[in-house]
Amino acid sequence: MTAGVHETTLGLDHRKLGMWVFLGSEFLFFGAFVSAYILYLDTTAGGPGVEIFDIPFTSISSFVLLMSSLTMVLAHNAHTRRDMRRMRMWILATAGQGAVFLGGQIFEFTVFYKEGLNLTQSPFASGFFVLTGFHGLHVFVGILLLLSLYSLTLTGKVKPDQDLKTEMIGLYWHFVDIIWVIIFTVVYLIPDLLMEA
Amino acid sequence: MSQSTPTTSRRSVFSRPRAEKGFTSWITTTDHKRIGIMYFFTVLVFFTLGGAESGVIRAQLAQAEMDLVTAEIYNQVFTMHGLTMVFLVVMPFGAAFFNYLIPLQIGARDVAFPRLNAFSYWMYLFGGIFLYSSFLLGGAPNGAWTGYAPLALDGVSNMAFYAIGLQLLGVSSLSAAVNFIVTILNMRAPGLTFMRMPMFIWMSLVTNFLLLFAMPIIAVALFMLQFDTVFGAQFFNPATGGDPILWQHLFWLFGHPEVYIMILPAMGIVSEILPVFSRKPLFGYAAVAFAGAAIGFIGFGVWAHHMFTSAIGPVARSAFALSTMFIAVPTGIKIFNWVFTMWGGKLRFTTPMLFSIGFVSMFTIGGLSGVTHAVVPHNAQQHDTYYVVAHFHYVLFGGALFALIAGVYYWFPKVTGRLMSEKLGRVHFWTWLLGFNLTFGPMHMSGLLGQPRRTAVLPAELGGTVELYNLLSSLGVVVLAVSALVFLFNLIASIRAGAASGPDPWDARTIEWLSESPPKHYNFAEIPVVSHRDEFWHRKYAEDAAGQPVAVPAGGSEDHVTAEAAAHGEGDHDGHHIHMPDPSYWPLVMCLGFFPVAYGLLGPTPWLIGLGVVWVIIGFFGWIIEPVAEGDDDDPIVEDPAAPRSGVAAH
Amino acid sequence: MSTTETHDPAQAAGGHVDHHPGPREYVRIAIILAILTALEVSTYFVDFGALAIPLLVVLMGIKFVMVAGFFMHLRFDTKLYGRLLYGGLFGAIGLYAITLIVMSFDGAPRV
Repeated sequence: MTAGVHETTLGLDHRKLGMWVFLGSEFLFFGAFVSAYILYLDTTAGGPGVEIFDIPFTSISSFVLLMSSLTMVLAHNAHTRRDMRRMRMWILATAGQGAVFLGGQIFEFTVFYKEGLNLTQSPFASGFFVLTGFHGLHVFVGILLLLSLYSLTLTGKVKPDQDLKTEMIGLYWHFVDIIWVIIFTVVYLIPDLLMEA
Repeated sequence: MSQSTPTTSRRSVFSRPRAEKGFTSWITTTDHKRIGIMYFFTVLVFFTLGGAESGVIRAQLAQAEMDLVTAEIYNQVFTMHGLTMVFLVVMPFGAAFFNYLIPLQIGARDVAFPRLNAFSYWMYLFGGIFLYSSFLLGGAPNGAWTGYAPLALDGVSNMAFYAIGLQLLGVSSLSAAVNFIVTILNMRAPGLTFMRMPMFIWMSLVTNFLLLFAMPIIAVALFMLQFDTVFGAQFFNPATGGDPILWQHLFWLFGHPEVYIMILPAMGIVSEILPVFSRKPLFGYAAVAFAGAAIGFIGFGVWAHHMFTSAIGPVARSAFALSTMFIAVPTGIKIFNWVFTMWGGKLRFTTPMLFSIGFVSMFTIGGLSGVTHAVVPHNAQQHDTYYVVAHFHYVLFGGALFALIAGVYYWFPKVTGRLMSEKLGRVHFWTWLLGFNLTFGPMHMSGLLGQPRRTAVLPAELGGTVELYNLLSSLGVVVLAVSALVFLFNLIASIRAGAASGPDPWDARTIEWLSESPPKHYNFAEIPVVSHRDEFWHRKYAEDAAGQPVAVPAGGSEDHVTAEAAAHGEGDHDGHHIHMPDPSYWPLVMCLGFFPVAYGLLGPTPWLIGLGVVWVIIGFFGWIIEPVAEGDDDDPIVEDPAAPRSGVAAH
Repeated sequence: MSTTETHDPAQAAGGHVDHHPGPREYVRIAIILAILTALEVSTYFVDFGALAIPLLVVLMGIKFVMVAGFFMHLRFDTKLYGRLLYGGLFGAIGLYAITLIVMSFDGAPRV
């Protein structure tokens, strides 16, 4: 039913508009988790609190995720120029950086577990793991989308003139990235500063 | 505008299903009209179940100190009654109308994402089945539909089913919301500006924005509850410092917009029906539209009035009391506009009109008792009593359900091409009105006399008056049950052998009546060009010098789809090719995968979750890989400088 | 398939896509983002005193707007997309801020 964009009321593509509508609602989703985390910042039930964070380590993985946005937009740019070889290369690079980020998160989680911070420990721990876990799930879904886009360009299902598909996955990916921009500051950096103060 | 991918001649797993009749055609359909019909019949089934549960409740409370069912069963039944009526009846009832009417009223051939639409329906159905399967799997949730922690955390209340089941229904609502918002914003017929949209479309747009922003909140609350009950997280557990009040805030942050999600579609339906049977345009169109939008905004800012007796302080109480009183203003504006629409009109008291008037009056009563809740001391007095039960049944039953039934009577000829029996309709209306008031009217009094909600036994110490009120309520349910049977009989008999309705039985005003009844698969052979509010009316009538409507001679208006014109539009090849979305298996296949995920999450059973996730992913791939026979999804998008802009001036 | 006209003159005027930046600009933006991130992380090592938290919030905002504006093309696309994104963002901030304020500072008197 999706027609050319010039045939729609607003002159916009349905799918892109739908993606933006969905992304707008996602703030309410992550916002609630962030609120719970902030509320329970000091509620550690005697267990480890924010001092457990390894800021340098998280900074590196945050940086990797931020840079994956660059490769994503380059992939889209290559797609608009019909340069499918470059596009595929950047898509793989993006998925790879996403995987590095996810690996970093898994590593971080296991370290925390070993140091005595686990899901059932305290409201603080629950808030932290579930918030960052759901963000990780979003990254994971993003990687799946990128890899399917990659393979579908190989089979010819996604054609060189269908850069909208790359753009939409890109929107999702950048969104997951800006959510992490917020999480990195609000969940890691500011509480850590408050801790020291 | 562009080349369409030719249908592949070889059939494969990924070929689109072709059946146009029979079971397969229904389970693979992506037609918004069929999906709307499936929503409606599913709602009827769940309404019967929810009604049966209310019968158990009223039987138990018919007299003091009865022990017809155990407290355990009673708790399950009232919890499921609430969940059923809110999430499986009123919300999807609204969705049934969204599905059927939005494309028809905006002059489109389908919704923006037909397969996503099918997905929403299957998620709703499976979410309902999942919730009800709890009765067979160790008992239904029994911690009330509000699921307050810490009771909800206790295994005894079975709330894992609640957390996961509502999550599925939330996915359904959220995807439907995205779909309908895009449809309304982006698929309106030429000339159908915002201020020409039928009022039902306005209210649908507001409702779907409310859904869009409210569903993620309850999703988070439910995830937290689920992590607490299933995985041992500590969000709401006071033992480690968790705060049960957080649940209340999150639940009502969603829960109050939810109230308007249920009532706004009903308001839209009534705003369509009253003008038709008053033979007058809607009074104060802009005021009604903006009052609806205002309700949507303010509806997000009143949630804590559900928590006046909970842990919120005096400043918050005052602020939320004010905002709650304030939201009565746009609601009042609407009621005045409906009354003034009828004022001086040529009223025809058909069944849909009767139900609409019933809506306006009953909803006003419910609205007034709602304003009394905004008064904090009064609220403290009536909190958790039957007064509250009376209030929300007056707005949800006397309000939403009356209007939704009015909509069924009104659009039945559109869907079937037949009329429902007016005589039975009248019997239905008057018994429904009587039974409703008999059931819920006395609850105001018994509540103010101190009868608490959610207790399995009516305590004898409340006295004979309260007992009498309860007996009246229980008798009212019997009247309602009889009335519902009349409706069901009327519905089935009219589907089978109702009188033919013709294309415009009510002398209607909006463009869904331009198409045939029932509409063809593609809705409109020619997309209508809209130049007025109440477009269809303006095509039928011109004004004479005195401002009185005069009928335009037949054929006098342009692109009116006559029966003959549509007759040779049979099939898709009437000279111009109409691209319609193909049926698809994949929404159903994908949704089935959520069953293993949901049951796996109860345990948790990792292999079951894994199976479900893989299943869903396979379904997702099938969805994106399946061919698009009519070249809809895969049209190159002309949004790109390098791509040839093949058909810029297609119109 | 509908014959709906384009109502938005800005869109009808044809390809807004032309104004999208090229790879060079994207890399430049990424470098700025990297510098901002380095500045953020530096608050962990260097003591900014009372300025640290406002600085972090501002940096977060700048990074957010830059990614949304350039990488998500909001600056070059229809305003509606931006309204949806920022509407959701500010709606969420407003609602949850009130919730946290009520929960933290205006709880009922405990007995």
